[in-house]
Amino acid sequence: MKKLQFSEICKSFGSVVANDNISLSLGEGEILSLLGENGAGKTTLMNILFGHYVSDNGFIEVGGQKLTPGSTKASLDAGIGMVHQHFTLADNLTVLENIILGTEPLTRLWSQKKQAYKKLQELSKRFGLVINPDARVADLTVGEKQRVEIIKALYRDASILILDEPTAVLTPQESEQLFKVLKEMVKAGLSIMFISHKLNEILEISDRIIVLRHGKVVGEVATKNASKESLAEMMVGRKVTRPAYKKLKKGKAVVELNDVCLKANEGSTSLNNIHLKIHEKEIIGLAGVAGNGQAGLASILQGLASPSSGDFRLFGESLNKYNPTFLTKSGVARIPEDRSKEGVIGEMEIWENFLGEELRTKSKSGFFIDKKQAVSNAEKLIQEYDIRCEGPFASTRLLSGGNIQKLILARSLSNNPRFIIANKPARGLDEGAISFVQQQIVNAKSKGAGVLLISEDLDEIFELSDRIAVIFGGRIQGPFDSNKVNKNQVGLMMSGEMKSDSIYEN
Amino acid sequence: MMELFEMMLTTSLWAAVIRIATPLIFATLGELICERAGVLNLGIEGIMTIGAMAGWLWVYQGGDLWGGIVFAAIVGMIFGFIHSMLVVYLGLSQHVSGIGITLLASSISYYAYTLLIPFSTTPPKIVPFSAFEVPILSSIPVLGQALFHQSALTYLSYILVIITFFVLYKMPIGLTIRMAGENPVANEAQGINVLLIRTGAVMVGSALMAIGGAFLTMSAFDAFYFGMINGRGWICIALVIFASWRPGKAFLGAILFALFEALQVRAQLIGADVIPYQIFSMMPYFLSILAMMLVARKAAYPKALLIPFRQGDRI
Repeated sequence: MKKLQFSEICKSFGSVVANDNISLSLGEGEILSLLGENGAGKTTLMNILFGHYVSDNGFIEVGGQKLTPGSTKASLDAGIGMVHQHFTLADNLTVLENIILGTEPLTRLWSQKKQAYKKLQELSKRFGLVINPDARVADLTVGEKQRVEIIKALYRDASILILDEPTAVLTPQESEQLFKVLKEMVKAGLSIMFISHKLNEILEISDRIIVLRHGKVVGEVATKNASKESLAEMMVGRKVTRPAYKKLKKGKAVVELNDVCLKANEGSTSLNNIHLKIHEKEIIGLAGVAGNGQAGLASILQGLASPSSGDFRLFGESLNKYNPTFLTKSGVARIPEDRSKEGVIGEMEIWENFLGEELRTKSKSGFFIDKKQAVSNAEKLIQEYDIRCEGPFASTRLLSGGNIQKLILARSLSNNPRFIIANKPARGLDEGAISFVQQQIVNAKSKGAGVLLISEDLDEIFELSDRIAVIFGGRIQGPFDSNKVNKNQVGLMMSGEMKSDSIYEN
Repeated sequence: MMELFEMMLTTSLWAAVIRIATPLIFATLGELICERAGVLNLGIEGIMTIGAMAGWLWVYQGGDLWGGIVFAAIVGMIFGFIHSMLVVYLGLSQHVSGIGITLLASSISYYAYTLLIPFSTTPPKIVPFSAFEVPILSSIPVLGQALFHQSALTYLSYILVIITFFVLYKMPIGLTIRMAGENPVANEAQGINVLLIRTGAVMVGSALMAIGGAFLTMSAFDAFYFGMINGRGWICIALVIFASWRPGKAFLGAILFALFEALQVRAQLIGADVIPYQIFSMMPYFLSILAMMLVARKAAYPKALLIPFRQGDRI
């Protein structure tokens, strides 16, 4: 029996076709995975289902009934629940308030919170979703927030649950927990649509997989007939090779942090007694759930913040001047976390962005911009790093995420840096760009650079790193040789549930 | 010093405090409702002015007092509606639109007044609301006469504090209003029309502001003067922050400010020979700033305040 049926859905934004004649269906009690890269049209399709957009053509049926387009309320009433990638919760309100919002008629004089409590408890028990209804959402962990989102859908008696990249923010243990809950829900008769680009998970959780590329359905397989390689190829459209790991003999220390502390500003985590040593020709992967002190550490290493106490030795010398220009000049390259906000200036042209970090060194008599040289340098780098653009005078904001990242790599790696701080370098990129970025980092390592790779993606960390450190609550555990720990242990450390004593070494 | 202390125990002081506080209570509640829904309404000063003008005019033209209050509220709603068209539906800057509303509303008030009553040297008067004694409650010593021997509008303001609290915290519609100010996307994801909720909140809030203004011409005084709002609207903006967006605290904040104000008027009489009176006039504002610094530094303001919401947008 078909629970949900998309028929010939088309949607374009201007000249960009986001969904091109998509037809697919979801059966009862089935977990269907929607696989595709960023920009493949997954999110657009879900926004159409949820009434945020109206499709140009085609229709959606739920349980044989046509769904009114463009109405979130109609979708909710039809029993569709959605767990967005970016949670739609209000931090200052309680869990219960977030859940009952919109479930009661607005003309009702008195919220019936008692009944809501009861229903909430029943749901919690039935699906193993433990949550304190009176907690303020701001005080919850990311995993708990997601639980609230799921309960929110169940509370409305959803029979179809859509999860958009649900594991992007979870530790491996939390993901496992989530999968257990999902399987429980399917047993209870719900249908689930699981959107992701993580192949391992999709293979683990789903019954059937549909692959989207450039807005089209390009493949449909039963999970038991699928393999990681075949899916990756279907998703990208060609074979993709990730860079091979190669162990090198590590050299002198490039960065030494001794007992470094940083007091937190509002909304950030403080750093407590950080010890970290990074050598030439090695990549240290720093695993951790976002918001555990990565931002503070990264800003110290870029010279954007000075530690409140402790010693930072860069290339063997104690640093007492925290100044990004100075650090860049002495051989620190940065790949910032938010590439379009911190990495480039979108309104400026490409050649200007190339020059941005080296204004003083690459100008005529330290005073005038040497435009001719800068432009020819930009042209060279555009060639070398295969940046797809109209040329050095194109506006940077028109580039795709992958090409902006290439620009940043070109700018920072072309100077043969000795230390690279790479903060989530592959985030939000498609497979092709990811392998390019990772290859560049590996190349830089073999040229002699030390790299700190900050990432939430454990696959990436394990594929690239020589040693792995874990950050939780502003403290670092490790680093450990990457062949001496496994993902499970790192995951437990990421959620603070495991101390490193058992595998300690430094 | 002793004199001041003794004064604190007199009924007349507290009666004055309540009189000064009443328009502030109305307008602060109004602003609070707007901001809870995520819209800053800097039109408050002008909406109070036109409320004062409209209510007075209704009675001056022969209407009855409660009719004047309703008329003021409707006029306030109209300006609230204009503000929401600009900032809710078109997503324009709430600051700019708010200041525009203030200028527009006060100018219209003054213009209309000059057109209607062109040649008067003394402003024409109306018969304002008279004080009404609540039986039993008014016999409480000191405070009884102050709190419960006031005009009906003052009692309405007490009731509105309670109603606002219940609507915001106990009723489903209040939850959607608060959510509109915290995370409109969450509202939309639950099938609620954020734009409608915000517009409604701004209109109701503006109506309360206008009633606050009308209190001045219809209860505290009996005529309309130029510049009579005199910054009260701006004080209410500060009071909302002082109150951390809570109705009960807004009430207390209004009382506190009114106490400063009542004290300074009396202190002027005592100390005018020694200290210039401007120093005393300054005190309520100075103390308000001080109180804000102490209380509101860690205020948890509505997260989506000032942020326009467009359907289909994602955070």
